[in-house]
Amino acid sequence: MAITFKEVSYIYQPDTPFEFQALQKITTQIKDESFTALIGHTGSGKSTFLQHLDALLKPTSGTVLIGDTAITHETSNKHLRLLRKRVGIVFQFPEKQLFADTVEKDIAFGPENFGSSPEQAAQIARQMLKLVKLPEDILNRSPFELSGGQMRRVAIAGVLALQPEVLVLDEPTAGLDPKGRQEMMHLFAELQKREHLTIVLVTHQMEDVANYADQVIVMEHGKIVKEGTPRYVFADVKWLRDKQLDVPASTEFAFEMQKRGFLFDQLPLTEAELADDIADMFKARGKRNE
Amino acid sequence: MNKLLFGRYIPQESFVHRMDPRAKLVLSFLYVIIIFFANNWWIYALMAIVALLSIWASKIKPKLFVEGVMPLIWIIVFTMVIQIFFGTGGQMYWHWGIFSITSLGILNAAYIFVRFTLIILISTLLTLSTSPIQLSDAIESLLRPLTKLHFPVYEVALMLSIALRFVPTLMDETETIMNAQRARGVDFGTGNLFTRIKKIIPILIPLFVSAFNRAEDLATAMEARGYQGGNGRTKYRLLKWGIRDSIATLVYLLMAVIVLAIRFL
Repeated sequence: MAITFKEVSYIYQPDTPFEFQALQKITTQIKDESFTALIGHTGSGKSTFLQHLDALLKPTSGTVLIGDTAITHETSNKHLRLLRKRVGIVFQFPEKQLFADTVEKDIAFGPENFGSSPEQAAQIARQMLKLVKLPEDILNRSPFELSGGQMRRVAIAGVLALQPEVLVLDEPTAGLDPKGRQEMMHLFAELQKREHLTIVLVTHQMEDVANYADQVIVMEHGKIVKEGTPRYVFADVKWLRDKQLDVPASTEFAFEMQKRGFLFDQLPLTEAELADDIADMFKARGKRNE
Repeated sequence: MNKLLFGRYIPQESFVHRMDPRAKLVLSFLYVIIIFFANNWWIYALMAIVALLSIWASKIKPKLFVEGVMPLIWIIVFTMVIQIFFGTGGQMYWHWGIFSITSLGILNAAYIFVRFTLIILISTLLTLSTSPIQLSDAIESLLRPLTKLHFPVYEVALMLSIALRFVPTLMDETETIMNAQRARGVDFGTGNLFTRIKKIIPILIPLFVSAFNRAEDLATAMEARGYQGGNGRTKYRLLKWGIRDSIATLVYLLMAVIVLAIRFL
């Protein structure tokens, strides 16, 4: 499902001294079945942008098209609930939303809200638990007995249980160990291919952007300042640093090599590409020496 | 929730903002007590002038004060209506059963309106011009004499300042949790009383759990930084009585004396 923004602005607490414009006339499209990464400095409006994807916030002006449903300032809340089944949001530190007395009930909470019977919901809960690679015997335990990483998985399972078409992830791997991070990102990439999901990922991990995203949106002060493929966005290292953003470690390494006289056709994004490029350089040098 | 202005602090540079919070707190109390002695229009006029003067000295937009009164307007109107219909004494205009409208009833209703408005104005001024942390410092300082009676002043002040510090954090968290549950299909605006109460559980439980966790983390962090209780601690923020506070106190005392003189002489 594609999501289109047309001239979307959002103002927090309008007409008070605390008024703050978080989004300024944003126009963009998140394509169907794409993996879009949203990057930007803290306070650039990413979270506000995210909440528009699920109509949790309605634009102060402009239109958001979620699928073919148009959301404007005047859209009433009545019609939004069913929309929310189609868009799942995993908020930052989603383990904070756990509340039920068993893991099973917590995962089943979403499906039940959208009309699944308790039996159906329990079955979905079981499937989802397997999906996020947790053992089945924790189904009847309290979510508060689990470790932080396990709680995170249960919370994510609770969102996946809605079986959404669009999955919005707000820093899903923040605070996880490197292995947990990798597994989690792998899971999302796998899901996207299998279920034909559209994924929107907010992250500060540029490696994840380089590895998984096919589209990058860069935000600053409530505006989109650049969008395109990861290769296009990461090409200008200086510009990104100006925006207080990073590039993947491999790109950074290549950038430093370039300063010392090595030539790259285009800066590599991943370790594999970097290794290939360097191997090519050695080959070329070997040929010259022959 | 966001519209509510009462109890918010607006940082600014002004005469009132730079006053000692203790002075502001005590003078606000004095004002509220004195206004209950008011019984004629001269007194009300005088007190209104003092209130407006204080508002002017705070440099905060008057519009904000009007917005501060607005949420409470129905309480004021309700009290006035009761006064008008049940008031007795003076000339009778209208009578039906237990209801009657009299000249004195109308006068009292008008007094109540002015009284309410002035009290709200002054307390809004206090909260708009004083940060919560200053207020809790002021309360601690003013309660200090109670330590003689073994009242745990320091502990109360500590709890107060921690509580105030975490109000916005908890509000943010409530909003995030609400959003997360809305995204999972909870519709907070609909249903009868019983279903609505049931819908609060998915917010309340995570909120309590996170408050417990936060309390534990905070306690650990405080201990790790050498906190051992109130005895023998020094203070970083010192309250200082300045010339502004003396001027303001003089003005308010003068007002109090005049009001009491008109009232009792």
